Amino acid sequence: MAAEGHGHSPIEQFEIRELVPINLFGIDASLTNSGAYMLIALGLIFSFLYFSTGGRSLVPTRLQSISEILYEFIASTVRENVGAKGMQFFPLVFSLFIFVLVLNLLGMIPIPGVTFTVTSHIAVTATLALLVISIVIIYGLYKHGIGFFGIFVPSGVPPALLPLLIPIEIISFISRPISLSVRLFANMLAGHIALKIFAGFIGLLLGGGIWALLAPLPLALTVALTALEVLVAVLQAYVFAVLTCIYLSDAVHGAH
Amino acid sequence: MAESTHKEAVAGKHEVHTSTGAHGGEQPQFPPFNTDTYSSQLVWLTLTFTLLYVLMSRLVLPRIGEVIDERRERIRRDLDTAERLKSDTDNALAEYEKALSDARSNAGAIARETRDKLDARVSKRQAAVDAEIHDRIADAEKRIQATRTKALASVDEIATDVAGAVVKKLIDADVSPADIRSALSKG
Repeated sequence: MAAEGHGHSPIEQFEIRELVPINLFGIDASLTNSGAYMLIALGLIFSFLYFSTGGRSLVPTRLQSISEILYEFIASTVRENVGAKGMQFFPLVFSLFIFVLVLNLLGMIPIPGVTFTVTSHIAVTATLALLVISIVIIYGLYKHGIGFFGIFVPSGVPPALLPLLIPIEIISFISRPISLSVRLFANMLAGHIALKIFAGFIGLLLGGGIWALLAPLPLALTVALTALEVLVAVLQAYVFAVLTCIYLSDAVHGAH
Repeated sequence: MAESTHKEAVAGKHEVHTSTGAHGGEQPQFPPFNTDTYSSQLVWLTLTFTLLYVLMSRLVLPRIGEVIDERRERIRRDLDTAERLKSDTDNALAEYEKALSDARSNAGAIARETRDKLDARVSKRQAAVDAEIHDRIADAEKRIQATRTKALASVDEIATDVAGAVVKKLIDADVSPADIRSALSKG
């Protein structure tokens, strides 16, 4: 805890710093480190996917096969969870997955004083989750009209139980965007805080005389945690994509 | 200690924390809950994600999909070609086998024909030779018969002559050869 006193608070890494102040019609649209990371992610994603597939070789190069594996992976996830009719949402799911994945992973590259994890901010994850839920609701209503609300009525249930079950279904539906956004946000946040705290212990112990002998312990833990965090970064991006598919499946197929 | 400063930060939620203010030694509010940064985050998120979506759906994904489809198509076509070539090979093989068995049976037929022809010639020739031999034998027999008849005729004549001479010597009478001949033929 005392480590925080040195100005290396574990939450300092989540701070949003203004780089270029911009004001659009009275709205603060400044380019911040968050915005810059998003731009970098966009640039990396686009240039990698675009230039790795530039050769369009029948026998893919290594980079091209990475792009193709990502494509096939998300395509099969959409096909399995939403079905063939859901392939119209493939670009959306792919964009969500790759965006969250790259932002998560960029946050794992340690650059002192710079590293920032865009997805550790609830504003970002909530916006993405609301985007998904809005698409589910709008597409569901467009496709099934008022019958879309049939998803709140579980089939094969005695009518007497419906007054109890319908509110539960509605609550579970409403909690979807919350769980979708909080899951990603909390995972990224907690992981990075834990990393920072354990890494902080290393410095603390090294500066503590004889305690320096214990410094390798948190170092080992930090290494292990870093590996875990990389896994979490990938996993959370996948979870986000899969849940998006499952919610979209409701919109495509209507009442279950 | 840290907790108390954190509480202070939470308490001072309505204070505007500019991002640069955090460096001024002032304890920052928990950044993800600092609503002042939301608008800039949303603006850039909207901008970058929209751009990403457009680039992905219009440019990148169709391109990757095209390559994958093309490969799948090509593999399918290659497999089809292989299948066709295989059936062609099978057909050619069957044709070859058929030709081979045809040739074999033809060869048998030719051999049989040749043998028959040769046999026929041989038997014809043999028949001709046989006939010739038969003719010659018949000829020779005829000749022998003629010679014998002639010889026998000479024997009669000689016998008549001898008989005439013997009669003349014995009884000194001239007996006409016709009488002698009839006398002899009686005996």
